[in-house]
Amino acid sequence: MSDQPSDAMTPGKPAPWNDPKIRAIVFQALLVGAVVMFGFYLINNTLYNMEQRGISTGFSFLEKESGFGVTQSLIEYDETHSYGRTFFVGLLNTVLVSVLGIFFATLLGFVMGVARLSKNWLVARVATAYIEIFRNIPLLLQIFFWYFAVGINFPRPRESLALGEVFFLNNRGLFMPRPVTEDGFGLVVAALIIAIVAVFFMVRWAHRRQDATGQPFHTVWASLGLLVGLPLVAFLAAGNPLTWEYPELRGFNFKGGLSVLPELFALTLALTVYTGTFIAETVRAGIQSVSHGQTEAARALGLRESKLLQLIIIPQAMRVIIPPLTSQYLNLTKNSSLAAAIGYPDLVAVFAGTTLNQTGQAVEIIAMTMAVYLSLSLTISLFMNWYNAKMALRER
Amino acid sequence: MVVPKHGVFTTRENKVYQMKKLLVSAIPALALSIAVGTAQAGETLDAVKAKGFVQCGVSTGLPGFSVADDKGNWGGLDVDVCKAVAAALFGDAGKVKFSPLTAKERFTALQSGEIDMLSRNTTWTLTRDSNLGLNFAGVNYYDGQGFMVSKKLGVKSAMELSGASVCIQAGTTTELNLADYFRANKMEYEPITYDTSDETVKGFEAGRCDVLTSDQSQLYALRIKLSDPNGAMVLPEVISKEPLGPVVRQGDDDWFNIVRWSLNAMLNAEELGVSSKNVDEMKGSSDPNIRRLLGLEGIKGEGLGLADEWAYNIVKQVGNYGEAFERNVGSGSPLKISRGLNALWNNGGIQYAPPIR
Repeated sequence: MSDQPSDAMTPGKPAPWNDPKIRAIVFQALLVGAVVMFGFYLINNTLYNMEQRGISTGFSFLEKESGFGVTQSLIEYDETHSYGRTFFVGLLNTVLVSVLGIFFATLLGFVMGVARLSKNWLVARVATAYIEIFRNIPLLLQIFFWYFAVGINFPRPRESLALGEVFFLNNRGLFMPRPVTEDGFGLVVAALIIAIVAVFFMVRWAHRRQDATGQPFHTVWASLGLLVGLPLVAFLAAGNPLTWEYPELRGFNFKGGLSVLPELFALTLALTVYTGTFIAETVRAGIQSVSHGQTEAARALGLRESKLLQLIIIPQAMRVIIPPLTSQYLNLTKNSSLAAAIGYPDLVAVFAGTTLNQTGQAVEIIAMTMAVYLSLSLTISLFMNWYNAKMALRER
Repeated sequence: MVVPKHGVFTTRENKVYQMKKLLVSAIPALALSIAVGTAQAGETLDAVKAKGFVQCGVSTGLPGFSVADDKGNWGGLDVDVCKAVAAALFGDAGKVKFSPLTAKERFTALQSGEIDMLSRNTTWTLTRDSNLGLNFAGVNYYDGQGFMVSKKLGVKSAMELSGASVCIQAGTTTELNLADYFRANKMEYEPITYDTSDETVKGFEAGRCDVLTSDQSQLYALRIKLSDPNGAMVLPEVISKEPLGPVVRQGDDDWFNIVRWSLNAMLNAEELGVSSKNVDEMKGSSDPNIRRLLGLEGIKGEGLGLADEWAYNIVKQVGNYGEAFERNVGSGSPLKISRGLNALWNNGGIQYAPPIR
């Protein structure tokens, strides 16, 4: 057949309303339009209603004097500071408890995760018991437990538990000496910085040397020597530029020195113990995901147990561990907002609590608070994604 | 995408200028707009009449003022104000539903329309009256802030409290008065701020703080919650004025009037000697003041848009102010608070209601 049926057989250009590409674009545009209109309606409606009810809006309240006190502040703060300042006071307290919680939970989680796989029956069972108990009790109850049953049940200030008249423990917290720096302490700090830089370059040099010659270098001991030795030399050279301020009992309570509030203690402990269980399970799963063949191959090469963990198991396990670990860090940070229940002055208690109530600016304050948790979480995610990418399998 | 220039948004175009000013508050607007949106649905009074009961915000449990018994029935001086409103409006003091609220939650709950009125030992201040879109309908208890300490400390006056840790409930005027008082007297303190009064009491009992501060009425109420009430004492100093009263949203004057006059009716009834026990006999009284109160002559219920016997129903079902006081916080209760400032004006106190005529 020499007829050319191509016109009849190949589809021509469809009508615009039948073109799948155009259709897809139209529907997406409609969806975006609907979402934007909905958002616009909500905002408009809120503004309209607040105006109708005579509720004042705007952020000018942040400059007004707060007039209330806060127990713990990492920056200078008293009643004469502004509402805006209370935002930073609360924010820093939230960051403090989150950082402490993440640090200790990671430590506890890794130890317990490894312990759960231990060949020692008792160690493995203790780890299992810890995980199963604390993973299955609601966090708020654990916070109450550590606070009301432990944290504030120590003796009253006048009957404090004392360790050498230097450390004191009572139901107002743990009191310890505070270092007071004098002239010349800058030298010690400078020495420490130099030591850190030196260690960084030494590690790089040691890697290169090992790559080139196969000779290992005792980096751990050398680094320790540098980090401790250099500042120590500087410290002595500057003539002991550090004194201690000791806490002492005056009136109702101890004054001076450093103190850890029972609220901070209870909250950190509860967050650590609770999140630690999830991290332990993540670590266990990560380790078990590395096939046993890898271990056998490493042993066949004659690697010691410690090297086997360090070079074979952990790098591969980390790839499985990091993504869920990120979620746990995010959870811990967000869970820290339960602080309000035991009077720890975090962002929710101070800013979204007292400040909100004194000013009545609910919409603005809740928005700022939500923005903070969002930024904190995104920052953690960003960092962990970077770390994950660094640890990921490089395919060559 | 298409946004109609003269479509659904036309009616609100005059509000658009605010968009620029408040662009930054876009997210919060989303968060609260649904809640605030419901408040727009009709005037409060119409909404209350339509649903057939009053939704009243009370405390999470403050003996004498608003507290639920073991069967879940609410009682107390603040609760009686809610009941009085229901009695005036529906002729049935039982047509109230209660929302227990913490100090932090209370204003948002009222602003958003979750509750119709708030009767929760709330201090009347300029900021709250002018800045939050709220109206205070009167004062049902004149209070003042005080301090409670453990007797073991041996403290006799608030002036000896420098350096003390103070337990306090979040979101109250107490927090501000405390800061003012210590600052004015050049004393130091450490505020431990809890979310609910239960936790505040627990913190005080465990010795986390030396002092518990709150309105004096609350201190007496919280003291009987302690395991050893006699181990604690209330210091003599009163450091602030705390007029407590019912609150409504701005924007519905009819509703505001009903709440205000329900409270006034209770006060006037006490002044005229009309109580829940003798109210039926009083209907036969020839005193024109009493006859006006009970809706037998004068304006009756007309101005408020209520049934003529609105005040009769309040007195019959809830009682007059004196009865409510004695039953909940006075001699008939474990609190044993004396009338003091809360006695009627002609009896040495400052409780005074405008006349019903």
